[in-house]
Amino acid sequence: MAKSKKKPRARERIRPKKASPSPGIGTKKELSISAIDEGTVIDHIPTDATFKVAEILELENHEGVVSIATNLKSKSIGRKGIVKVAGKSLTQEQVNKISIVAPNATVNIIKNYEVREKINVKSPDVIDNVVKCSNPVCITNNEQVPTKFYVVKKDPLRIKCHYCERSMGKEDIKII
Amino acid sequence: MDFKSRDIISINDFSKEELLHILKVARQIEQKPKDNLLKGKILAALFFEPSTRTRLSFVSSMEQLGGKIIGFSTAAVTSIQKGESLWDTIKMTSQYSDVIVIRHPLEGSSRLAAEASPVPVINGGDGSNQHPTQTMLDLYTIQKTKGRLENLHVGFVGDLKYGRTVHSLVIALAHFSPTFYFIAPEELQMPESYLDELFQKKIKYFKTSDLARFSKELDVLYVTRIQKERFPDPVEYEKFKGIYRIDEQFLQHVKKDMKIMHPLPRVNEISKSVDDTPHAAYFEQAANGIPIRKALLALVLGKLK
Repeated sequence: MAKSKKKPRARERIRPKKASPSPGIGTKKELSISAIDEGTVIDHIPTDATFKVAEILELENHEGVVSIATNLKSKSIGRKGIVKVAGKSLTQEQVNKISIVAPNATVNIIKNYEVREKINVKSPDVIDNVVKCSNPVCITNNEQVPTKFYVVKKDPLRIKCHYCERSMGKEDIKII
Repeated sequence: MDFKSRDIISINDFSKEELLHILKVARQIEQKPKDNLLKGKILAALFFEPSTRTRLSFVSSMEQLGGKIIGFSTAAVTSIQKGESLWDTIKMTSQYSDVIVIRHPLEGSSRLAAEASPVPVINGGDGSNQHPTQTMLDLYTIQKTKGRLENLHVGFVGDLKYGRTVHSLVIALAHFSPTFYFIAPEELQMPESYLDELFQKKIKYFKTSDLARFSKELDVLYVTRIQKERFPDPVEYEKFKGIYRIDEQFLQHVKKDMKIMHPLPRVNEISKSVDDTPHAAYFEQAANGIPIRKALLALVLGKLK
């Protein structure tokens, strides 16, 4: 009894509020994502953006434990994804990139199994050199120039290229 | 209002007041030509792709104002062939000139050119994106021929999907409480993004594929060519190419003072028999490129306010 209590407790400490548990973390029937003692947890990712977030984090050569889960139940967004990366903290650039594909995500910095800091990702008004323009004849796809986009609508996300003025939705957004 | 050193890149960069000011200066310059206003100034006309009206009217405008022109009318003779970037070409050219006009096939090229250049840059067309001086001369033509810009019923017919002149004019006219009539087959209708913008601005518009349906309502009919190069499948082009034709028979069903505009070149959208009717405004429209471009050159060079 005492033994079975010990492991879940470590997982539950990830979430500060016990009253609003995120299914998928810390419940007995969904033990597929293990807790991390130090690193970053990106939560509340729209399910279809989970792998994009993982891609942004450039985890190919990361040596710590990486857990990715999608299609988890979420009270706030219906279905969600979670990415946990042990032994990694995010750069501001990576947070900015995540904000484009997962505007409502939360980034939890974990230290000693506890949430040290919780960052609510916010999509910025201007996106500098994060997104590739979907217009093949845009100058940014033909000359070495950093891209720049204006956010014209936050939900659903619509952005407009500073150069060619084409607007694009979430489905066309490719991260550089 | 000070336009000195300002870049002219996109119609979206201009407020209603700024547009009206440019039209006012064009009117002044047309009524009282100023021969030596730009004496000692050099225009670099960088045409990376062919153009007839835009290039010639910029060259003519600069010469009429006493300025000089350098440049090229095809990229084949430039260092672009040697792999020089647009950024470097502009950096270099801006050292030799006081103002730059650029036409380039890539969209957003003129915005990038403006960022590279310390001297003002005027967009002479960047791919399918923007051609702001065309839009300004279109506005000028409407103002001159109709006597006003406010509350007009304006029809657009032809290729509304790809026609940049249509898109830009719609955005510019939206400042003046218009009613729009978009006449095109569904495949060539106005893109949803523009219709959304009109909806948000509470601008009334109608969509139809039937040219005759709203003919009696129109104050202005803006005709565009169905562009062959837009169709990957020649069979598709054949389906649409002669679909609308403005002829004398059509003119029997329009307001007496309805004006027909066309950015030119035309193929067969407007019958030659229309040319001599009071409805035809398209050659006057092409001529209006001169006062508008003179006004813009003088404004960005700080010679007029």
